[in-house]
This record gives sequence, structure tokens and C-alpha cells, in this order.
Amino acid sequence: MTLYRFKKALSTPTPYLMFFGIALWLGCYYLFVEGWQLPRFNKLPGPVEVITEWLNPNPDWGMSLFTPIYYEHTLVSCRRILIAFAIATGVGVPLGLFMGWSKTFRDYSFPILETLRPIPILAWVPLAILMFSGLETPVIYLATLASLFVTTLNTLLGVDSIDEEYFRAARCLGAKPHHVFMHVVIPGALPFIFTGLQISIGVAWFSLVAAEMVSGEFGLGYLIVDAYMNVTYVIMVIGMLTLGFVGWFSAALVRIAGNRMMEWRVRALALEGR
Amino acid sequence: MNAEVKSGQNQATLELQNVSRSYGDEWSQEHIIADFSLTVESNKLTVLVGPSGCGKSTLVNLIAGFDKPDSGKILLNGKQVTGPGQDRMVVFQETALMPWQTTRQNVVFGPKLRGERSDADIDAEANRLLDKVGLAEFKDKYPIQLSGGMQRRAELARAMINHPLIMIMDEPFRGLDAMSRELMQEFFVRLYEENRRTNLFVTSEIEEAIFLADRLVVLSNRPTSVRKVIDITLPRPRDFHMLSSTEAYEYKREAMELLHEEAMRSFNRASGSGLMDAIAGGGGGD
Ligand SMILES: Nc1ncnc2c1ncn2[C@@H]1O[C@H](COP(=O)(O)OP(=O)(O)OP(=O)(O)O)[C@@H](O)[C@H]1O
Ligand SMILES: [Mg+2]
Repeated sequence: MTLYRFKKALSTPTPYLMFFGIALWLGCYYLFVEGWQLPRFNKLPGPVEVITEWLNPNPDWGMSLFTPIYYEHTLVSCRRILIAFAIATGVGVPLGLFMGWSKTFRDYSFPILETLRPIPILAWVPLAILMFSGLETPVIYLATLASLFVTTLNTLLGVDSIDEEYFRAARCLGAKPHHVFMHVVIPGALPFIFTGLQISIGVAWFSLVAAEMVSGEFGLGYLIVDAYMNVTYVIMVIGMLTLGFVGWFSAALVRIAGNRMMEWRVRALALEGR
Repeated sequence: MNAEVKSGQNQATLELQNVSRSYGDEWSQEHIIADFSLTVESNKLTVLVGPSGCGKSTLVNLIAGFDKPDSGKILLNGKQVTGPGQDRMVVFQETALMPWQTTRQNVVFGPKLRGERSDADIDAEANRLLDKVGLAEFKDKYPIQLSGGMQRRAELARAMINHPLIMIMDEPFRGLDAMSRELMQEFFVRLYEENRRTNLFVTSEIEEAIFLADRLVVLSNRPTSVRKVIDITLPRPRDFHMLSSTEAYEYKREAMELLHEEAMRSFNRASGSGLMDAIAGGGGGD
């Protein structure tokens, strides 16, 4: 069952369409760079070159699926995302739930959230470096911050989206405030929470890579900038593609978790033919 | 079983004394309900009938305790209503089954939260009620997987398991197609005749009202109050053939006339001229 869900989540579009899409994309890439050799693309490595290098046990540029350094960069980034995403979710979801639930708490905290949220994550970089020592913490801090805002706001909107009827029904049935919180507020907000989490993990990757490009000595963001500086464009493209794959994979994991926690929602969407 | 029979024999009289409620601020106040007085008699099915938008749901909210009257009193067995409580169960106009709970979880929700009875007792009664409303096979389905009629029956079960003193139904069959609506009316009337609890049923459909009611309360136009209470003495058990009897026809004619008068009155007020009087007078023959 888990395997089935896993396959299903990965293949959200019908599988053959997905392969067709990838083939189309690779085909264009090949034609532009290696086939027609268009002038704008002449500095880029073509797909054949990239894939050969990626799968090469003795890589010409020093990095492929067979070198530990490749995994080191990937794992460092994944670890940072895991920490950042866990903190952002652990703080953002309860924060959003309370903001949605308690009018007073919301009136206090909403202006803070709304002023901090529009500040682009790169504008936080100097502050992060000033506040935290070392290389690891500022990077994680930046990724956490970005996804925290998204998660909190979506959770808050999720609570807002709950129909008043459910609160009334619960109170009519004798529910105390903590029952209402557990049985109405949380489950009612879950669909929005998980939509938020999917966006939030994307935002976390985005800001993580931005932060890694600015500072750090490991991670996929660092790898890409480093490769660019050293004119090893093949490695740069490998780094980008790797980012694409891990990003997709992490979003799929969030989606699977969401489907597991909201069986009623899966049924509802299935009824609508989705 | 015992508990149910007992609660059916429970005395529950709901009194509304000069209840008023308006919305808006001092400058643009809209009086929705004004000076509304009514006694909902024990172990009878009282049906309120009034046009859409006249303030029926507003009144239900007041009785349920979700909202407070500006003036006047609402008393259940002599005790003033101050907030929502399980002695008054409301079946809402829109379905209010929790979409994230299965049918069975919805039904046991109230009693399990309150923890007044043992889980085994609650589960046993839930199964019996689900059987009674014909949802035994659907108890592990989510509300979204049920038809509109099934959802309404699940809601009835969710209300009944709490043994309320009074059941309040706010246009519960609105939005169902004609066929399931008729089936639900028949089902509901059976349920009531089996066990006569105090019931307040709100609708905008005259035929539905007459078919179900022991007492029919015709509402006036806004600000809403009681226009007339008609005792419906059609025999029980009821069936749809009775609606074509002369007796039912007389009730229907009377109620229609009252509602028509009320509609004309507010129409005149809205247009603010004598023109509509002329039309009303001219068209009064039908
Ligand atoms: N919270 C509110 N604030 C302001 N006006 C309201 C509020 N609730 C209801 N009203 C107004 O009160 C009037 C009566 O509404 P209500 O829902 O009670 O009518 P109803 O008879 O139940 O109608 P329906 O048949 O559509 O269910 C409507 O005109 C509505 O606009
Ligand atoms: Mg209404």
C-alpha cells in the first residue's frame, strides 16, 4: 500500500506523459546545445556530455555518481533542508493554528508576521551572518526563516477556511475549547497546511541554495557557484539537475505524508476525478 | 433502549418571550425578529413556515444559543438559554458533518467527548442508530462519499444519540432533489411517530410543513413574528395521500393566504407607494 501510494505520488501526471515531457525537454536541450549549436548556448555543456560525465566512474572533471564528494554536497544540502524544514514546520504550524484560533493572539502577532514576510530572504543574509557564528547555522537559519513564513501564513489561512458550521456543530455537541482545537481546528486546517508545506519546502530549497551561494564550503548551491568560478560547467549543470531531483523528491515526500494524514481528502479528490 | 424511551417521554417545553434581534449599527439597524413569542409544546412536532430570508435561521441560532437576543427571553423547561448545549440539538441547513470523520466517528463524536457513558454503550447505540437510519453499511465512509439524503440521515443519528430535550431542524431537506426530499420527509415522520420527542422544524415549504406538523406556525414578514398558529389534526401515522384530502387542502389554503398577505404587505412597504395596493387589490381574486 505504501509502495503503491509512493508510486502514485511520484507519478502525479500520467507516467507516459511524464516520460514524454522529459524526452521533449531533453530533446530540445540536445538540439539547442549539441545539435544546432545555437550561439546563445555555445558555452553550455550538452546533455550527452553531462550525462556521460555524471555516470562516469572516472570523471574528467572530478565529480560523478561514483565520487564521494558528489554525495557529500548533496547530503549536506539535504541535511540542512531537513533541519530547516523540521524547525519551520514545528514552529510554523502551531503558530499558525494559534493565530487562527485566538483572535487576541492573532491581533498581536499578525502585524509582525506581515512586516517580516515581505523582506526578501537575501536581505536577511548580513543579519544572519552577524547573528550566528560559523557557516552552518546562518545557512540553516535563512532556509528556516523563509519556509516558516509560508507555513505560518498557510496554516492561518487554513484555520480561516474552516466553515463556521463545524464550530457550531462541535459546540452544540458539547465540545470544550480544547476539543474544538483538536477535532475541528487541526483537521480542518490540514489541507491548507499541506499545501503550505509543499510550497514551504520549495522555498526552503530556494533560500538554502541562495545562502549556500553566498557563504559556505559545501552544499549544492556552493557546488554550482564553485563550478561556475572554475569554469567547470559540466559540474554546474550536474549540480543544477541534482537540485531539481532532490527538490522534486522532497516535495513528493511531503505530498505522501499529506495523503496519509488526510484520507478523507484523498477520497474527496478521487470523487472529483483527480 | 431504555434511555431512549425515557427521553421520548421527557417533558420539554420551549418558550420564546418577546424575543427581538436586529443586525447592524444604530444608524442602519435592520430588525430581523421583533417581539417573537411562541410556546413550543412538549412532545409535539412544531413546524415554523416562512419565506426565504425572513429570519428563520436567525431564530434557530438564538434558540441554539449561538447568538443572543437583543431583548426577550428564551426558556427551556423554565430555564433561560445562555449558550449552546446538548439539551438542544440542531440539524443545520447546510450539512455540518465533519468531513474528516467517518459517519460512525461523526455519530459518536458528542457522547465520546463528554465521556458521560462507557464507550461500549456509545458504540452499541451508534450501531443501532446507524441501522435505524439505514447507514449501517456506510458507517466507515466519509461524509463526502454519502448522498445528500444519507448525509441528512447521518446528521439525524448524530443528533439523536445525545438524547436532546428538543430537536431543532433548520430546513434540513433543502437542497435535496424532489425524490429524496419526499423519502426523507416520510422517513422523518416515521421516526417521529415512533418516538415523539419535542421537535421544532423550520421550513419554507408549505406542503412539507403540513405533512409533518402537529402545530403549524406561520411567520409574518420581517421583522418576523408569529402570524398564526394552526393545529394540524391530520391523523397519524401520516402518509402522502393525506396531502390530497380536503382537510389538508384547507390548511394549505389558509397558510398560503396568510403568507401571501404577508408578502404583499412587505412588498408595499418596500415600494412605498399606493400603486402596489392597487395591484394587490386587483389581483386579490386568486
Ligand atoms: N450576522 C448577520 N449580520 C447581519 N445580517 C444578517 C446576519 N445574519 C443574517 N442576517 C440577515 O438576516 C436576514 C435573515 O437571515 P436568515 O438566514 O435568518 O433567514 P432565513 O429565513 O433562514 O433564510 P433562508 O431561507 O435563506 O435560510 C437576512 O436578510 C440576512 O441578510
Ligand atoms: Mg435559513
